[in-house]
Amino acid sequence: MSTWTTVLVASALAYALKVLGHVVPARWLDGERTSRVTSALPIALLAALVGVQTLTSSSGQVVVDSRAAAVLVAIVALLLRAPFIVVVVLAAAVAAGLRALGLP
Amino acid sequence: MSAPTGAQRRQVLRQAASVAVATGAYGISFGALSVAAGLSVWQTCALSLLLFSGASQFALVGILAGGPAGGAAAVATSTLLGVRNLLYGLQVSRMLGVRGPRRLLAAQLTIDESTAVGIAQPEAAAARVGFWATGLGIYALWNLMTFAGAIVGDAIGDPKAYGLDAAAAAAFTALLWPRLKSLDAFAIAAVAAVAAVLLAPHAPAGVPVLVAAAAALLAGLWRRAHHDPAPPHQWAGEGDLATEPGTRS
Repeated sequence: MSTWTTVLVASALAYALKVLGHVVPARWLDGERTSRVTSALPIALLAALVGVQTLTSSSGQVVVDSRAAAVLVAIVALLLRAPFIVVVVLAAAVAAGLRALGLP
Repeated sequence: MSAPTGAQRRQVLRQAASVAVATGAYGISFGALSVAAGLSVWQTCALSLLLFSGASQFALVGILAGGPAGGAAAVATSTLLGVRNLLYGLQVSRMLGVRGPRRLLAAQLTIDESTAVGIAQPEAAAARVGFWATGLGIYALWNLMTFAGAIVGDAIGDPKAYGLDAAAAAAFTALLWPRLKSLDAFAIAAVAAVAAVLLAPHAPAGVPVLVAAAAALLAGLWRRAHHDPAPPHQWAGEGDLATEPGTRS
């Protein structure tokens, strides 16, 4: 799949889901199990992405490098209720700083 | 259908503006990360214009960073993250009561933040103002900031030297954070993260994320343990919503 195809297919599916929510009868999707799944889904996906982005190399090997330190700093910033953009910039700065010192 | 009073209207618009500015600002990090992941400036802008759902966009480019072979897994992850917008759509369509072209526009603007500001309002007229103002405000700022970030990212040389790979990991952490409101949520997150990392050496890029997510979901369903409120309520703490009088606490 070319990158443009990926971009356009993902966009079309995202919009289809949004429109579906606006047009299907509410009773099709109301319900405790549906809301449990839809609230658990982003938690599981985002946590898996945190794990992979923090601890694996581009070839899939498990590595601990400057990213792990950066994410720990990001977690401290989140505990201190820092805004999203501050958390992200801080993490980048920590990783860039450690690498400037010669760490992987 | 009563129009909101002047004071109500100002209060809703103030909330919408604060959420739109806070959310729009991190469009710059999306733009920079997307270009660092190998997408062009125009592909990056197309995602913000067309896909317009932060977590899905970050996930898509995060997985594509591992190479174009991850395309199918990237689309799958992005789409699964977008399923929650479907549920928001149910609430928003009841709240707005619009048809035709405005309904198609409302659908595109149905995301975490616009839904949260809408449903946080105590009455219907204010809810409609809140949804539209937040949605349109974020759409404008998110796209502008994405473009700015993509230009900056394009000008930067080696993304690793600037810690952009760590910024991606931090972005996912920050997107996850407001959802970790219960022990169940923590358990699901821990299972998914550990499973994905363990699978990573043995599966193509993007697949570990999907498998880990499926495993965690099944565990959550089977044990009937997961009882979080719907996510929009958690986002009502964004900006100064939680401290405004008359909003959901």
